[in-house]
Amino acid sequence: MSVILIAVIVLGLVGLISAVVLFVASKKFAVYEDPRIKQVGEVLPQANCGGCGYPGCSGFAAACVKASESGSLSDLNCAPGGQKVMEQVAAILGLQASAAAPKVAVVRCQGTCDARPHGVEFDGAHSCRIQNMTGMGETQCLYGCLGEGDCEHACLFGAIRVNPVTRIAEVDESKCTGCGACAKTCPRGIIELRPQGPKGRKVVVLCNNKDKGALATKECKVSCIGCGKCVKTCEKFEAITLGTNLAHIDPDKCKMCLKCVEACPRGAIKAFNFPPRKPRTEGPAAPAAPKPVAAPQVEPVKKEAEA
Amino acid sequence: MNKLIVSLSPHVHSGDSVEKNMYGVVIALVPALLCSLWFFGMGAAVVLLTSVCACVFFEWAIGRFILGRKELTVTDGSAVLTGLLLGFNLPSNLPVWIIIIGALVAIGVGKMTFGGLGQNPFNPALVGRVFLLISFPVAMTSWPESGSMGYSDAVTGATPLFIMSQAISNQDASLLAELPSALDMLIGRTGGSLGEVSALALMLGCCYMIWKKIITWHIPVSILCTVFVLAGLLHLVSPVYADPVSVVLSGGLMLGACFMATDYVTSPMTPGGQIIYGVAIGFLTVVIRAWGAYPEGMSFAILIMNAFVPLINTYCKPKLFGEVKK
Amino acid sequence: MKTFRIGGVHPAENKLSAAAPIREAALPKQAVFSMFQHIGAPAVPVVKKGDKVKVGTLLGEAGGFVSAPVYSSVSGTVSKVDVALDASDTRRMAVYVDVEGDEWEESIDRSTDLVKLSDRPDLDAKTIVEKVKQAGIVGMGGATFPTHVKLSPPPGQKAECVIINAVECEPYLTADHRLMMEKADEILVGIQLLMKAVGVEKGYVGIEMNKPDAITLMQKKAEKYPNIEIVPLKVKYPQGGEKQLIDAVIGRQVPAPPAIPINVGAVVQNVGTAFAVYEAVMKNKPLIARVITVTGKSVKQPSNLWARLGTPFRQLIDECGGLPEDTGKVIGGGPMMGKALISLDIPMTKGSSGLLIMNGQEARRGETRPCIRCAKCVSACPMGLEPFLLSALSSQHMWDGAEKNNITSCIECGSCAFTCPSHRPLLDMIRLGKTTVMGIIKTRAAENAAKK
Repeated sequence: MSVILIAVIVLGLVGLISAVVLFVASKKFAVYEDPRIKQVGEVLPQANCGGCGYPGCSGFAAACVKASESGSLSDLNCAPGGQKVMEQVAAILGLQASAAAPKVAVVRCQGTCDARPHGVEFDGAHSCRIQNMTGMGETQCLYGCLGEGDCEHACLFGAIRVNPVTRIAEVDESKCTGCGACAKTCPRGIIELRPQGPKGRKVVVLCNNKDKGALATKECKVSCIGCGKCVKTCEKFEAITLGTNLAHIDPDKCKMCLKCVEACPRGAIKAFNFPPRKPRTEGPAAPAAPKPVAAPQVEPVKKEAEA
Repeated sequence: MNKLIVSLSPHVHSGDSVEKNMYGVVIALVPALLCSLWFFGMGAAVVLLTSVCACVFFEWAIGRFILGRKELTVTDGSAVLTGLLLGFNLPSNLPVWIIIIGALVAIGVGKMTFGGLGQNPFNPALVGRVFLLISFPVAMTSWPESGSMGYSDAVTGATPLFIMSQAISNQDASLLAELPSALDMLIGRTGGSLGEVSALALMLGCCYMIWKKIITWHIPVSILCTVFVLAGLLHLVSPVYADPVSVVLSGGLMLGACFMATDYVTSPMTPGGQIIYGVAIGFLTVVIRAWGAYPEGMSFAILIMNAFVPLINTYCKPKLFGEVKK
Repeated sequence: MKTFRIGGVHPAENKLSAAAPIREAALPKQAVFSMFQHIGAPAVPVVKKGDKVKVGTLLGEAGGFVSAPVYSSVSGTVSKVDVALDASDTRRMAVYVDVEGDEWEESIDRSTDLVKLSDRPDLDAKTIVEKVKQAGIVGMGGATFPTHVKLSPPPGQKAECVIINAVECEPYLTADHRLMMEKADEILVGIQLLMKAVGVEKGYVGIEMNKPDAITLMQKKAEKYPNIEIVPLKVKYPQGGEKQLIDAVIGRQVPAPPAIPINVGAVVQNVGTAFAVYEAVMKNKPLIARVITVTGKSVKQPSNLWARLGTPFRQLIDECGGLPEDTGKVIGGGPMMGKALISLDIPMTKGSSGLLIMNGQEARRGETRPCIRCAKCVSACPMGLEPFLLSALSSQHMWDGAEKNNITSCIECGSCAFTCPSHRPLLDMIRLGKTTVMGIIKTRAAENAAKK
């Protein structure tokens, strides 16, 4: 009997002391956290993609609450959550969400194995950034996709992957949240975040080659040579500008007339998610895509490469 | 002309490989293997063959069917090595089915659950051995006398370690008189697990590995020195503790110090860390032998220290070039 | 026998061309002069299409203090100033010269008589450094750091000795070895000039024991120069690393970056640089040619060539018996730290110490296996780092951890990847981590500066 009693007393005492210690510690070392941080955190997607520029969703939540003191959320955007989540966040903080156009990643390279032969072979750790350190990489183009898939590893949503046939990264727009992780990791800065556009439609120069025309022609069959024909066709809207031997289409000014796509002698400008035009040739007539967003991109790329 | 290959430097390689290291250890085990066959005959052959085959089979089967790997790691020699070391730690009259269970635990639990080669925190062979020791204590501790050539006709005899632990628990130093001579223990004319009896053969293998630069001297030397010194101190305190030479030569100490503790995957990376690891193993071994419930402490000591290896690796950094001591 | 204290490996030496005397390579038809032949700001072209140039005419002037001018090594007409594929495997600005005849600038002394330091009492430290700067001399061992920068110690730092790197620890390469055998006197005068330039009384020449003939010869010649000591060193890679060499010769260790050799009182120069300094100061000859080893197991005639800068590598290979059938890899430099080239039409530059041709089988890396934690990379690392850890941290993008584990101390010698039994691309990953961490440190420093 006494044994049981002693055991009960001893254990009871140990429990009591521990409880007191824990209580004191929780009071003494308590860290005050704004309860709104937790609330904001709960509506975030919890993908911890880092697309917002903060370390994970909790960091972003803290930043939102901090920003609410200044009364504006305009610098903050959760790309994977999109407008809906930002509105929820704004509601918690009693603010108005600023309208941000949803973005998607676009791989600005069409240099498939046919268009841009792989003259040498890279032997080493499979990483674009490591291959980029060798200089030119496998092809003659210093600006094109290296195809080792660093973007694929960076993407938390499985939205980008390297096509094993073309060895070019391709974006699945239905999965892309526009967080920009791929764009940050790409050593050649090929991936650009562009507004999704109405019904996903957009016109983009799919090339990043800044070499002079003659060299760019030699390097790749579908390179932008900076000839400026597209700039001329777009004189009315002034959406296309010519950088260092490279054209760029401003998404805000582009009226989607597609004249530049026709004008480009290199097939470097591509229209995304437009319904197939009346077929000029008896090419592989793509069936009218019911969901333009999910339309596979490989086909138009190939068509242009063949043309 | 072929396509030129580009890669970052270095463009040459030493020619060293996983296989060379693994089979190097296997070669180093050959003297001990011959000794075990000499002293235990058929029994040793059956146990070792079963153990090696079972380990290789489980490595292949688990890699192929459970992990679904395309590139199999059976040929790299690590499974053969685990099998050999497991076999070396078993009595020569152990039933085949127990050995197979041991191999399954060693490879399955000890190695493949962690992701295979290079990932396991504990020495797989020791995991298997300790599992068997706890599950089948009688079968695992009834060693046949040295020289009993058959497989099943076990004549169990007292091992040196058993005599030592008896002397300690009865506080009677006269029991130690039954210990075999140091020469017998050096050669291996004594009872015990089949690979551990001949300290001489094991030391020969160890020297081969150090010569071939497969291992460095740090771990074996630090373990053996620690055990020798501590056992010597105990012997001075009280004669019921056996003399240090017998302690060093008996049981699985030599096998453990030369082959089990030096396992690449589960030992520290820096020389300093390796010495700490070795000293701690030696200390634990002596403590377990002197005051523990089991007569042998080597396996436990190594497994305990395996758990500390990540910690040792975190704190024992190599000395940085040009670092000024503060 | 002296050597450095931490780590090191022993690659097969394969010094196939050790006995081949230096011979002069033929002039190229077209020479291409990259403006990026050194570390630092690129040179700025000062010629235009159609200009006539002679040997020794300035083509590009230095683009800053840490930079070096580029001179023409041939005479002829500038055909264009445009990008060209260079030894970095990228296209960068270069001057193309179509070769016509071999006409030299008159200011250059083409005689071969030895000019001793005592013959030129007018030379002082400043004049020498200025001459070196004008001549466009850079580190000839392959690092191509402008020499005049090294000879101008930052204020408050005092050099105590000059150490000449004649180690040539890279397998296959024999350019420095042959240069010592044939130009020992000139090199010793060059060392005297370097010592005078930095104002020190002591010079060491570190030579590895695998060149006994060079050690004997240099020791004999150096008897006349009491301040210059020849130090035979035990053969171990990477003894030619600047920090390792200082440790081996004078037993001092340069602390982690941003410390530089001058912090321990040493100025290290390559033996080829010493020769170039002699030519520049005593013969008024800018850096227009150098010794290059063209070698490889399948090469018919492994040779040491005295070749003009700007010569395409293809021509040098043709002079040594042509490109072997089974070529898999062409490396500019040695096999441990050299760079694999993507084309043979790349022109040689100031830093081209060797051209190594490997066959397909040698060239390919082994299959990568899991790390077995053997710690061989740790014992091989000459900087006392843990390559396995740095590589793992880099592959997991844990840049903070990599920085804490001193990834920036890595000298990229390749000992870790060389020794790894699992053929892991350790150095590839460490390079990735090192560049990223250096970038992070730079941004942080910029941010801190902006805050202040």
